[in-house]
Amino acid sequence: MESLHSQLGGLQYDAAPESAAIANIQKEYGLFINGRFTSPADHKTFSTINPATEETLSMIALADTKDVDAAVQSAKRAYEKVWSKTTGAQRAKYLYRIARLIQERSREFAVTETLDNGKPIRETRDIDVPLAAAHFFYYAGWADKLSHAGFGQDPQPLGVAGQIIPWNFPLLMAAWKLAPALAAGNTCVLKPAETTPLTALLLAEVLQQAELPEGVVNIITGDGTTGVALVEHPDVNKIAFTGSTGVGRMIQQRIAGSGKHLTLELGGKGANIVFEDAPIDEVVEGIIDGIFFNQGHVCCAGSRLLVQESIAEDVLRRLMRRVEQLRVGDPMDKNTDVGAINSAEQLARITELTAAGEGEGATRLTSTCVLPSKGYWFAPTVFTNVSQSHRIAREEIFGPVLSMLTFRTPEEAVQKANNTNYGLACGVWSEKGSRTLWVAERLRAGVIWANTYNKFDPTSPFGGVRESGFGREGGRQGLEAYLNV
Amino acid sequence: MSENRLEVRKTYKLLMNGAFPRSESGRTYEVVDAEGTFIANVAQASRKDLRDAVVAARAAQAKWWSQSAYNRGQVIYRLAEMAESRHDEIAEAVEVCEGVKSKEARKSVSRGIDRMVWYAGWTDKITQVFGGANPVAGPFFNFSLPVPSGVVAAIAHPALSFEGIIDMVFGPVAAGNAVVLLASTERPIPAVLLGEMSAVSDFPGGVLNILTGQVEELAPVMASHEDIDGFDVGHAPEAERAALISASAGSIKRVFEGHGNDEATAMRRMRTFIETSTVWHTKGQ
Repeated sequence: MESLHSQLGGLQYDAAPESAAIANIQKEYGLFINGRFTSPADHKTFSTINPATEETLSMIALADTKDVDAAVQSAKRAYEKVWSKTTGAQRAKYLYRIARLIQERSREFAVTETLDNGKPIRETRDIDVPLAAAHFFYYAGWADKLSHAGFGQDPQPLGVAGQIIPWNFPLLMAAWKLAPALAAGNTCVLKPAETTPLTALLLAEVLQQAELPEGVVNIITGDGTTGVALVEHPDVNKIAFTGSTGVGRMIQQRIAGSGKHLTLELGGKGANIVFEDAPIDEVVEGIIDGIFFNQGHVCCAGSRLLVQESIAEDVLRRLMRRVEQLRVGDPMDKNTDVGAINSAEQLARITELTAAGEGEGATRLTSTCVLPSKGYWFAPTVFTNVSQSHRIAREEIFGPVLSMLTFRTPEEAVQKANNTNYGLACGVWSEKGSRTLWVAERLRAGVIWANTYNKFDPTSPFGGVRESGFGREGGRQGLEAYLNV
Repeated sequence: MSENRLEVRKTYKLLMNGAFPRSESGRTYEVVDAEGTFIANVAQASRKDLRDAVVAARAAQAKWWSQSAYNRGQVIYRLAEMAESRHDEIAEAVEVCEGVKSKEARKSVSRGIDRMVWYAGWTDKITQVFGGANPVAGPFFNFSLPVPSGVVAAIAHPALSFEGIIDMVFGPVAAGNAVVLLASTERPIPAVLLGEMSAVSDFPGGVLNILTGQVEELAPVMASHEDIDGFDVGHAPEAERAALISASAGSIKRVFEGHGNDEATAMRRMRTFIETSTVWHTKGQ
């Protein structure tokens, strides 16, 4: 293979940093319960850091069992006294307000998210934040049309929803959880991830500005113990969880027999299938988007590349040339493609799994990009000579690491793509529409992207099959998770 | 017919992969009627039988789902025809097993058959009712299709021996799943009859598998089996239910806990064992 170094390696860009000044992050945050922030002094606290610099951004209250109870009671009161008596049309108007307020403060949200999460500002600005606003706008419109949603004449809410979200799309996941829950008439206790609490707390300010009635949404920060307390609280009627399959499994076990409703959006090991007739330049961009978007911290990432044997060499050569061109570094730089790994813990997991990949005999190709000295970073990496039994082909890495395999026939592609316990998303690349649909029909996955990858929209249901979880977020189907139907 | 004629009794066996084997374990257990009179020695399925049934169900599900929705509807309707023609026989079995009056048994069977017809009509409506096109922002034709979860295990209603199993079998089957049903331990005969009728109704072998045996032995295996996608525990013994759901979490099964045979419950069950698969198809010149 020719040198991995980019033909354009000599091209330099000037730094184009976004200003952090707009973020206005406070030194410390309390919990958002019953419409007000508690005093941080009343809680144990933990720090949230900027993973690109390892600097502490703020000190965050850690909700203990008592705090969780206060939040749930607040949500329960709000449900019984206020929200269940608020008409759909009124609920809609609150949600429209929230959507507009997010749009108004979108740059502040984007910067805050990038600082707290480490993802590139280009992504928070162009994807996370606009999609979050769009979700509220979309579900706002459902709030007064539930009887037309196909779940019977008078579908009822479930009550108090406990919602636990991950660190990879903090604000967007909050929107995915809150918007349909509120539209359907539930009240919420939302627990953001330990390493990325800031945009949820900023969202709490937005809820205050929207004058959402007290207690309808409560936001409690904390760690795993906070999540467990929320899951086990007897007055919670529904749990919605996005995160790892391991934790999802634990939640399903813990609430077994309690009658609580449950939806789970869990891990994945998405196959990105490339046929020999696919438009190759678009394919390369699609592979890049599939695995390096958001540093690969994406449950639906196209982390298994399946290329038809006849074009495998060509695809790999072009792919590695493109990988070399990825700009890895300061997430606040508007030209950055790949930002920081979210935490030391996640970096350790990626490092361990990639070492296992080499140990098991796969060939590692890694970008020669220079990584910053401070912060958590992982250079974009592609493995070849991967067999289906390798850990890097089976386990979710949740990082910028791609495993490449090959196939000869469409049947073999489908068989390999489905050879996983997961079933969240897949990609199919071919110029032949009949073939992409033939393959799509046979893939065991909740989302299939044909000649594209990692696209999201509030109207489009998202969620997995098999061990990637159950229930959908987005679209008409997303309402079902919050209705007693 | 001479009154002295000795009746030819039937041997009640399992339905697996379209065939009627005895339990591989060689075991049977005694089934009695409501008065305690001996009816038959029924096959007592083992864990191995259950695992074999799941293998058959997995293979059959792909075939079943690859048939047209119209065809699947006709197959279920065919079974309703078979059941109608054996209405008397099923009703008699229900009467004997449940200890209800003949008239009640007949009504119960009629309701069961009518519900089967209802499901026959669902097969080619599900896609339109549960799926649809989604107006995403961007150059894509985006559509959502309801697809079956795969293999669904179910624990039969302990008392309603015929009518009570129709929803739990044909809800998932109408949606394209294959089913492994554990019949009522005490009242298995009507379920076995249903199995016999299904074998002459053009179902690919393995779409419907009906086991007879002990709940406490087989239900935990259903819960922990990694190749079962969905589990209907609505009629599992109350005391066992939490443990069964908990064990189902091992492979993140879709668990249905509802009971009752109203239409809303039937719809909820069907939705539980349906997945939404969404395709983003690019548009362009």
